[in-house]
Amino acid sequence: MALNRDDQSPLFAPGVAGTLRLIVYLALACVLMVLDHRGGWLGNVRYGLSIVVEPIYRIAGLPSQGFQAATVAFADRQRLTEANQRLREDLLLANAKLNRMASVAEQNQRLKELLDTQHSLSLNVQLARLIGVDLGTFRHRIVLNVGARDKVQAGQVVIDARGVMGQVVEVMPTTSVAMLITDPNHAIPVTIERTGLRTIAYGSRAGDMLVLPNIPVSADVQSGDKLVTSGLGGRFPPGFPVGEIRDVAQTASGTFLSAQARPAADLDRSEDVLLLHDLAEQDGPPALAPNSGPPSSMAPDPNAPPPAPVAPTLPKVTSPTATPVPARAGSSTTPTGTTP
Amino acid sequence: MNKLRVRQLWFAATLLLSLFLMLIPLPGPLTPFKPYWPALILLYWCLQSGDRVTLGLAFCLGVGADLFDGILLGEQALRLTAMVFIALRFRSRLRFFPMWQQSLAVLGLLLNDRVLLLLIRVFSGDPLPPPEYWISPLVGAVLWPFVFLILDDLRARLRIHDT
Repeated sequence: MALNRDDQSPLFAPGVAGTLRLIVYLALACVLMVLDHRGGWLGNVRYGLSIVVEPIYRIAGLPSQGFQAATVAFADRQRLTEANQRLREDLLLANAKLNRMASVAEQNQRLKELLDTQHSLSLNVQLARLIGVDLGTFRHRIVLNVGARDKVQAGQVVIDARGVMGQVVEVMPTTSVAMLITDPNHAIPVTIERTGLRTIAYGSRAGDMLVLPNIPVSADVQSGDKLVTSGLGGRFPPGFPVGEIRDVAQTASGTFLSAQARPAADLDRSEDVLLLHDLAEQDGPPALAPNSGPPSSMAPDPNAPPPAPVAPTLPKVTSPTATPVPARAGSSTTPTGTTP
Repeated sequence: MNKLRVRQLWFAATLLLSLFLMLIPLPGPLTPFKPYWPALILLYWCLQSGDRVTLGLAFCLGVGADLFDGILLGEQALRLTAMVFIALRFRSRLRFFPMWQQSLAVLGLLLNDRVLLLLIRVFSGDPLPPPEYWISPLVGAVLWPFVFLILDDLRARLRIHDT
């Protein structure tokens, strides 16, 4: 270890030039942060640099992939058999439910056509897989292996077999980043299934729970109540399970009840997730009814054309690799009360 | 000439490796124990060859790390620049500390870094983080002797000492 002392590293005397450079760099960093916070153009920069960033995500995801492969490879036969058995039972159960639901769904569709509504029980989904990358401490975000080339858009809802996981916040050509519902910056409009009370579930500080900080004191809320998406706000379609209330307490000020809920989705275990294509109703007033008023031939200027017809009843999975998987709204009772 | 190139390659490789280590996730319950790798590696180079590590390099590495984790551009740039400045300022003294004192100094630097991060996040409107937030600097300080010795040993084996 040679002692190479020169003017650059004085033992005690502080350098003025160094301080000046520090201030310049710190100011530069602050300017970057403010610009990014205000304008959000980091997404554009990252989209441009995704040629570099994406392969690195893939490579950084390899260790966790390898770990999972090793877990499977070294798992003993007994456990695998058990898991297989359990999955088979689940599948049987799900198929039975699905078969029962199919007739109801058809009936529902017919009734809805009679009522001329736009709702539909069908799901238009896309399979995606997680990439095991850590995006910073206490940031509740996940990286998915689909991107703009697979027609993913920011704002799409991510679900797994049990419930809502989050929404896509950033899209790159072949990967995308999704924010989980437990992120402190995330909020999701929910309904308490038992009572129909509408409220909002926020992510919590600690990160594995949801917080519902503003429930009216008079409201009937118990631990064990299920939360489903309410469909308000136009981002999350209604009727998906979000979580289950664990405990309810008064806030410090005493004006509201505050509840903690455990997310329904396996936020830290899911490997394969589903991306919903836009299903929620748009904001603003509903579209014009197609056949109201006198026939269009009599009007000088015809109304805007009716919105595009809804997707067919059967679920559709758009994935290059997967065989069609029947998928449906996980909850059996949507706020509109459509299924048994 | 060739030796110089090998040395620069090794330098760049360790910095890239630190970015990789930052991205690789730890299994669930261990997540809060993950040390801040770019800071540790950068500190090693600060102490080992201070003329190669400049504020500009720290800034660039930070911007690169920000691009990877994609939260707020400039956040890690600011933190790494501040840390490298302090480390360079006290470099001549830090180098002659015994290992345990060096570890304590690293702990101080990493804690300072966490405070900076906390300030940035609170200013940008995030809530206060949970107590696990403060574990990472401790892990970093405990790992510091090993990081230092392993990197030093590798450097000796590769015979790429500074002249």
